[in-house]
Amino acid sequence: MSIIIYAEQSGGKINKSAKELASYASALAQKLNTEVAAVSFGAEDPESLFQYGVNKVLNVTDEKFSTFNAKAYAQALMQAAEQNEGNILVVSSSNDSLYMTPLIAGAWQSAYVTQVISLPENVENFIVKRKAFSNKAIAHVKLTTDKKILSIAKNSFGLKEHPVEGSVENFSPQVDDSVFEEIKVVKVEKASGKVPLSDAEIVVSGGRGLKGPENWGMIEELADLLGAATACSKPVADMGWRPHTEHVGQTGKQIAPNLYIAVGISGAIQHLAGVNSSKNILVINIDPEAPFFKAADYGVVGDAFEVVPKLIEKLKAFKQNS
Amino acid sequence: MKILLLLSVVPDTTSKINFTADQTEFDKTGIQFVINPHDEFGLTKAMQIKEKTGAELHVVHVGPQMNESVIRKTLAIGADKAFRIDVEPKDSFFSAYQLAEFLKDKDYDLIIAGKESIDYNGGMVHGIVSALTGIKFVNAVTGLNIEGDKVTVEREIEGGKETLETSLPLIIGGQKGLVKEEELRIPNMRGIMMARKKPLEVLPAVDAPVMTEYVKFEKPPQKAAVKLVDKDNLDELIDLLHNEAKVI
Ligand SMILES: Cc1cc2nc3c(=O)[nH]c(=O)nc-3n(C[C@H](O)[C@H](O)[C@H](O)COP(=O)(O)OP(=O)(O)OC[C@H]3O[C@@H](n4cnc5c(N)ncnc54)[C@H](O)[C@@H]3O)c2cc1C
Ligand SMILES: Nc1ncnc2c1ncn2[C@@H]1O[C@H](COP(=O)(O)O)[C@@H](O)[C@H]1O
Repeated sequence: MSIIIYAEQSGGKINKSAKELASYASALAQKLNTEVAAVSFGAEDPESLFQYGVNKVLNVTDEKFSTFNAKAYAQALMQAAEQNEGNILVVSSSNDSLYMTPLIAGAWQSAYVTQVISLPENVENFIVKRKAFSNKAIAHVKLTTDKKILSIAKNSFGLKEHPVEGSVENFSPQVDDSVFEEIKVVKVEKASGKVPLSDAEIVVSGGRGLKGPENWGMIEELADLLGAATACSKPVADMGWRPHTEHVGQTGKQIAPNLYIAVGISGAIQHLAGVNSSKNILVINIDPEAPFFKAADYGVVGDAFEVVPKLIEKLKAFKQNS
Repeated sequence: MKILLLLSVVPDTTSKINFTADQTEFDKTGIQFVINPHDEFGLTKAMQIKEKTGAELHVVHVGPQMNESVIRKTLAIGADKAFRIDVEPKDSFFSAYQLAEFLKDKDYDLIIAGKESIDYNGGMVHGIVSALTGIKFVNAVTGLNIEGDKVTVEREIEGGKETLETSLPLIIGGQKGLVKEEELRIPNMRGIMMARKKPLEVLPAVDAPVMTEYVKFEKPPQKAAVKLVDKDNLDELIDLLHNEAKVI
């Protein structure tokens, strides 16, 4: 037996969530006394996974696989599992993973659990914790089939180094051309230069309290200074002040950065559902009664138009001194 | 054209989530159930296609009788016919299996689901249906355009979007963006009256495998009280973020 992970990349490099998966899979492998094999589709730096306990990287270099295709990737992963007697598959919670993995669960007729936040306490009965009810609860779920698939919630396990001596092998999955023909990618649009929201360690988010789109300059400046991504509440996106891709919450993106800074956001239950897994929350709001303060770790009661520029000044000074 | 909406019925987004005394089941007492928000975008999209092309729109839900009022709502909004597979789902695979069985003797061109149910947040029923039926599938769909045989789909990817070309039959996992927020339909009086006469067929469930077991639920740990920092003392805030939270 072995554990297979799907190692995703950003801009050609193995990304952070792949390293988090590797950390998780490697910890699980130690409990099960087995090894971890990662499947990567042409990453430039597959060796970087050895640091996190991956024993073998199966690297697919065939051009056909250069852009993501859910069904083709699913088949490739199933073949990798077969070759390596892989009976546990660990994937991230990226859009690509969540698209591809149910196809494998259906084909394998196996247990598949998403939003996983813990290792199984006991590998005999294999019960893991997962987030449910949009972060309002934690469920303990038992996987009852031989083959098991886990999708790990972002930032829930963290990076844990466990260097091993690994190898990179060329891997050539056999996938019918018709699979690539069925659904074809014709255009990819990515916001360049900016930190993508889902990968960000820090997120600076603005709400209706900012009064209008013209006031986002200071939010962006604060984000730039912190190397952060920007986000917003639902009404802000609905009014077209910010793009929809920035909307976080129960009906938007669910994020779990190390620090979430909420400026002029009241903290409605639907908003919290998307952000309350953040490790730390800082709320800046003019109203001391704003519900968000109840969910926050740090708070500043004050006018955003006064507090944010001051905070920017202080941060610049802090950066210069450190 | 024939369209099918896979309907998930979930607690209203404002619901306080509680569990039964032994923490093994979600407590439905006092909970208002609604159309899963992601499915709501799909329902409106389906109505727009129906109005443009004269397509027929059906709805299917795997769930208990108490969910019929929500199913009726989709009929009031304009779906032509609904099916309810009469069983309390045991897990996602179980629901997907019921839906795949239902689809065996049907010929829908477009099957619209949501990218996930906001209760269990599984995000998998529709994808497993695709695997079990062999019908093509695109997830996290933010745009859909059907011109004759050519189907253009927009899907969300990390940090952007992707445009895909495909054909029918197709399953999509829809989300916000599929239609504009202000286009979302709500039932009107006439629709509610008409819905009473529309067919809602109850079908028996089939035996299906169950792959997971919900052992128990708990509430996430309570946060400690917020540390408030005076707006004129932001140095303290920076110190806390740097030395205590260690995030900057
Ligand atoms: C089905 C459903 C789904 C939903 N899904 C989501 C979702 O996914 N995400 C989401 O965000 N919302 C969602 N909502 C909406 C949610 O209920 C709230 O309406 C929304 O989050 C409020 O946005 P806001 O905090 O920006 O605005 P408001 O509630 O208007 O709050 C503005 C805040 O700014 C503060 N403020 C005003 N002026 C200043 C100033 N000068 N300086 C500092 N602070 C100031 C105010 O004190 C207030 O707290 C959903 C609602 C429904 C019904
Ligand atoms: N019980 C159900 N009956 C019909 N469709 C469902 C059911 N559960 C989920 N779905 C569909 O599958 C999508 C994903 O659901 P889930 O896997 O539960 O997150 C939902 O948005 C629905 O379109």
